[in-house]
Parts: sequence; C-alpha cells; structure tokens
Amino acid sequence: MNILDVRHLSKHYKQLTAVDDISFQVKSGICFGLLGPNGAGKTTTIEMIEGITEADSGEILYKGKARDKRFRQQAGIQFQQTALMDYLTVEETIRLFASFYPAPLALETVSQLCQLDAFLQHPSTRLSGGQRQRLLLALALINNPDIIFLDEPTTGLDPQARRSFWTLIDSIKQQGKTIMLTTHYMDEAEKLCDELLIIDRGRIVDQGSPQALLSRHFTFKRLSLDKDALRLAPHELESDIIDNGDEISILTDNVERTIATLLKKQVDLSSLTIARPNLEDLFLKLTGHELRQ
Amino acid sequence: MKSFLHLFFARNKEFFRDKGSLSWAMIFPTLIIIGCAIAFSDDSENLLTIGYFPADAKPADLPALDQGYSKWIAYDDLQQAKTRLRHHQLHALVDQSDKQIWLNPRSSQGQMVSELTGDNSLYRQLALSGQRIRYVDWVIPGVLGMNIMFGSLFGVGYVLVRYRKNGVLKRLHATPVSALQFLSAQVASRLFLVVATNAVIFIGSDMALNLVFIGSGWELLLTAIIGAMSMISLALLIASRTDSEEFAGGILNATTWPMMFLSGIWFSLDDTPQMMQTMAQFLPLTHLVSAARDIMINGAGLMDVAGHLLIMLAMTVFCLLLAAILFKWHN
Repeated sequence: MNILDVRHLSKHYKQLTAVDDISFQVKSGICFGLLGPNGAGKTTTIEMIEGITEADSGEILYKGKARDKRFRQQAGIQFQQTALMDYLTVEETIRLFASFYPAPLALETVSQLCQLDAFLQHPSTRLSGGQRQRLLLALALINNPDIIFLDEPTTGLDPQARRSFWTLIDSIKQQGKTIMLTTHYMDEAEKLCDELLIIDRGRIVDQGSPQALLSRHFTFKRLSLDKDALRLAPHELESDIIDNGDEISILTDNVERTIATLLKKQVDLSSLTIARPNLEDLFLKLTGHELRQ
Repeated sequence: MKSFLHLFFARNKEFFRDKGSLSWAMIFPTLIIIGCAIAFSDDSENLLTIGYFPADAKPADLPALDQGYSKWIAYDDLQQAKTRLRHHQLHALVDQSDKQIWLNPRSSQGQMVSELTGDNSLYRQLALSGQRIRYVDWVIPGVLGMNIMFGSLFGVGYVLVRYRKNGVLKRLHATPVSALQFLSAQVASRLFLVVATNAVIFIGSDMALNLVFIGSGWELLLTAIIGAMSMISLALLIASRTDSEEFAGGILNATTWPMMFLSGIWFSLDDTPQMMQTMAQFLPLTHLVSAARDIMINGAGLMDVAGHLLIMLAMTVFCLLLAAILFKWHN
C-alpha cells in the first residue's frame, strides 16, 4: 500500500524551476530516499510534501486522500536546518512539542529511543551536533508518527555521530514506520534506503532499490590505480577510463582479462584497488556530474 | 489550550532565564526614576515660577514680582494653568482678565508671592490648594509607559523576527499548532511579563518615593494592560513578515523614537506646537501615558480616560487584524 502518492509536482522560484513535474509513490513501511546533489530540488520536494512549501501545481495524496489535519498529526518532521527556543532544557523542549499533539509518546520513551536520557536537563541550545540531531529526531517522533521526514539529517556530523544516527534510523524502521529521507551521502542512502529516487535539476533521473539501480546500470567493476602507474592509451585496455586526478579508474566487465593486460604491459599494480560501482558512479553516469557538486 | 499554555510558559521561562533582558527591563526604568527623583528634587527654591492668563497679557503692574528672580509662563487655557498651580508646578497665577492672583496656600513660594503682592490694590488674591506634584510623580507614568513600549515592541517584534530567521517558526509550522494559538500565546506571555515587571517597578518606586497616587490602582492596571496590548499588536504587525533583524530593528527604532519624544514622557505637550500635538494623537504611547497620568495625579476615573482607552483598543484591533492577515511562518 502506498502511504504517499505524488503526482505532477512542480515548483518555480522566479526564473528557476526547482521541481519540474515529478511523480512517484512511497510504499508504507519503507525507508524512501531522495538522492541528489545540492540544489537538485530534494528539500523543495520534501517540504511541499510536508505542507511547508506550497506547490505551484500537482497533487499529493496521503494514504489515498488529500492531506488534511490528520496528516499534521501523523507526520514527524526534521528539517535540514532549524533552531529551538532559547533557554529551554531538552526535557522542556520535548514536553513543549508533546503538548501540540493529542496522544504523544511518553518523554521516557523518546528520550530512551534517541539516547537523550543523560542530557534531559541540558539547555537544548548547548548540545553537540549529534546530540542536537537526536533531539530534533525526538521532536519528530514525539507524536508517534506514521511517516517521518528527515531532510539531510546527518549533514555536518562526524563519522561516529553519523553511524550512531543510522543505528537510530534502523531501530525506527524496525517499528514499521515509513521514513522519507533526503541525502547527498551515497553510503547513507545505500545503508538506510529500501528505495531511491534520484533527482537532478528538479527532474527524476531514475528510481528503484539501490541494488536494482546498480545492477540495472552497471555490469562492470572498477579498477583504480595511481595515475603515475598507468601510462597506457585507452585503446590498449579496451575499457572505459576515468581520470580522477591523481587516480585513474578503469571500468571493466572482465576483471581477470584487464589485470592480465596490465601485467602484460608491465604496469605497477601495487596501488591497485577493485570495487563494484556505487551510487556515486551511478549518479555520474546518469547525470554526467558528481553527486556532491 | 494545552498548546497555548505550554507556549505561554515556555516564552515566560525564556524571558526569566535571559538574565540580560530581565535586568534591562527592571534596572533601566528604575535608574531613570531614581535619576529624575534626584535631579529634580530641588524645584529651584530661589526662583518664582508665575503663570499668567491670557497669554498675550503679561502683567506690567506687578513690579514686586518682576525683579529678575521670577520666571513667567504664558497660558491660553486658564484651567490648565490652575491645574499646574494646584500641583505646585506654578507658585502663582495671574489672571489678567479678572485682575486676580491665584495662590496655593500650601506652597511656601505661594506665601512669598502673597507677601510681595499684598499691598497691590489692583489685584485680588485667591487661594487654590492642591497636593504638590513633584517631577518624579509626573514623569513616572511616562517612564513606565516607555518601558512597556520597549518591552512590548522589542520583546515581541524582535523575538518573532529572530524565530522566523532561525527556523523556530518553521519548525512550529510543521506541528498542528495554529498561527492563532502561537501568536496569542506570545501576546499573553508578553502582556503578563511587561505588566508584571512594571507593576513591581511601580510598587518599589512608590515605597521608596511615596508617589502621588490619587486614582484607582485597578484602573491604572487596566490602562497598563490595554496600553501594552496596543504596543504588542503593533509589534506583531511590524514583525508579521520580515526575517531580517536589521530591517525589523530599523522599523522598531523608527517607531519607538518618535514616541519617546512626542508622547509626553518627559515634558508636557500642552505648550508644544499644534502640529506636534496632532501627531502625538496617532501614537499609542501618548494615550497610555495621558490616561495613566490622569488616573495617578488627577484621580481620573475610567469614564474620564475612556477616550484614550478606546483609541488604544481600536489600535489593538486594527494592528492584530492586519498582523493576522500578513503573518508568515517563514520566508
């Protein structure tokens, strides 16, 4: 069953088309990722669905019907950038947001889930980046939502805090809730998302599970070498070569044959690494530019 | 109601925990009141201040008073001049139309004028008594009105703009909280805070300076509440759309500074040009200060100041409606 049905959504800002006639569905109980570079239209799309930004055209159905008061009650939202009221503690902030809903979760439940027990009496404006994101997640969860919107929730966090946040998202997924996540981190999308919508310049580029997308677009593996080690012309390898600056990537569907060729040409393989293509490669292939541009 | 109460108490906690704001709201007006009480405690004891009516007829036949130690003030309104005499702001009033000298027998300078003019057969001496009004008694409604103005305009206007800029309003918009719930909680919280802090300052000043207070305390409280409501509504209107603190700061300053000078906080508007008096009628602080001063010093009742209260209520309704129409959670 689809929890969200987005039809022909568009948004323009003066001359700029932020979102250009996109349509997609989100199945209930999955983690749905909106993947794209900065300025691709991810935040505009998610904020139109949240009801924060008004769409110029298009239709958004929640559980098969137009969004109404019920949607506000059943949606949990974490913005990319937000501030909290000054001088309130973590506990007071959670209790304030709990007062906005008819049947909120208990303070203990969300503080335990979001690992905030040790910080409840801390001023909410004096938390570290990771603690702050966990508090914002707690506020998004306080109404026990059916669908949770997370807009780039780990941007700016250190690797440890990001991994800790992923564990949290995993535990929320286990509860059967639908998560809609925007990110420009490929590892995050691969780790968390069951289904991805890749967008660029306001348009949908492709959609599917990470594995399905990769196997649909790639049959090859990627061999990487220091640029100094590889002094061959592309036609000598019979493979696509990508110049990454200090490193050269060889895209091949026959790793053994390529390595044999390299050995035959007496290429120094001490810097050789072999990897399957990732979402970064996919994005590069689909759009012609890198994800983080 | 639950959301409203939580937002109300959350905003109050913010105010009381922000030590800088709290100190400023309490200390600033207290210092002004103390300064006025000290600076104007000596009402120029060696100088006679004498009013005359009508304004174009300065007495030439009172040589005993015209010796360089007298300051003469012209009045077009005899009743206004008599009020000044009752409040000891004049030592004598010469009514040229009826050849009368009005004196306040409770004023030592009044006694002095009586001695100096007793032999003058051209004038008849008449007594007009009243409680002495010091400058601090006169200025305190203005200082507290000014404090209510700053507390309301900056306390609501600036905070709303900051909340819009940093995304607090956007986050609240993502909840089921309505604009009406949020704004009414802001208004109620700020109303409670400005009225409570100014009541504390007023009671403290009264205990320390034994202020003249003839009217009803409840009526003064009602006037303060209505005055604060008009200021808060004006703040909501100013902060209804912008997310620029610089722009909002400019507008707030452009609103507060004229009120500081044109609303009769520091000096009476009676002697100012007509154009200035007309402009002052469009400012809510003029009506707040006038009504509060009338209640405190002249013992006016609600009916006497009803005009001021109705104008402030009309300003409140107008600004609130316009603010509700223009309000944006985020840009």
